[in-house]
Amino acid sequence: MVIGCLEGDCHYVNGNIRARARVKRVYQILDQIDIGPERVRMYNLSAGEGAKFAAFTSEFVAQVEELGPSKINLARKGAGNATEQEVDAT
Amino acid sequence: MITGTPKPIEEILEMLEPYDDIILAGCFGCVTVCRVGGDKEVQVLASTIRLAREAAGRKIEIKEVCLERQCDPEYLEPMRPYVEDHQAVLSIACGAGIQFMAEKFTRTPLLPGINTGFLGVTERQGEWTERCQGCGDCVLHLTGGICPVTRCAKSIFHGPCGGSVNGTCEVDKNVKCGWQLIIDRLVALDQMDNYTKLKPYKGWDSSRDGGPRRILREDMV
Repeated sequence: MVIGCLEGDCHYVNGNIRARARVKRVYQILDQIDIGPERVRMYNLSAGEGAKFAAFTSEFVAQVEELGPSKINLARKGAGNATEQEVDAT
Repeated sequence: MITGTPKPIEEILEMLEPYDDIILAGCFGCVTVCRVGGDKEVQVLASTIRLAREAAGRKIEIKEVCLERQCDPEYLEPMRPYVEDHQAVLSIACGAGIQFMAEKFTRTPLLPGINTGFLGVTERQGEWTERCQGCGDCVLHLTGGICPVTRCAKSIFHGPCGGSVNGTCEVDKNVKCGWQLIIDRLVALDQMDNYTKLKPYKGWDSSRDGGPRRILREDMV
């Protein structure tokens, strides 16, 4: 999950817009290497939107759980040499 | 600067198919400025390749390096002690840097990770446009600082062709007519007399038509 400021309300003026473009590039990279772009997502939130943050987090976690283990996760498990941390991280 | 664009990852993965242990070499020169072959791009591409190969069930070892410049011998030499410890080098420098490295390390295959583009400028972050074709015989002093070789799609020398419409070029409506730009600039500079001067035929032997070029500065060798 990548969280940026609300659009038009970034301390770095258009830093959050640029961040969105970078995240889109990550989507493309993950799509090209067959991992899938659904494992990264960007939201825009203000610091005062705690409840919304929690809701977005739950939504994203549910999405990742529905996707199941990534190809890398499966490859590492198959190789039997992944640490728990590595598996969790993917 | 020399610009470039990343090669599609599918093409890079296909090139890397025979290899399990490579060097990924970036360059701190032009390709860093145009965000295609610097230290950051080395890291992103290395991670991408590792993820793709791991997902395919075949890991790859990648040594990440970024040289000051790949087009100068003194910056290539530090690689010599370890380059042959790896099966190949994937370079994301420009074509000149990649070729120079291939000349210096003759027993290790060199693979291009980018498509080298043109000599250009940064219009804004993320946008670069061509300005120079390195023809070897500059006429910018006569053309208001705008190059007819590069900015005119036909590289013509005595004014716009019939394909110039309302200041745009017939090859693409988003391309400005180079000669319209030149004339507008000459008018602004009050140098339209330059436009009426008949220029002799340009000798293209100083350009690519003369084969690969060489500059020898006797005062520096």
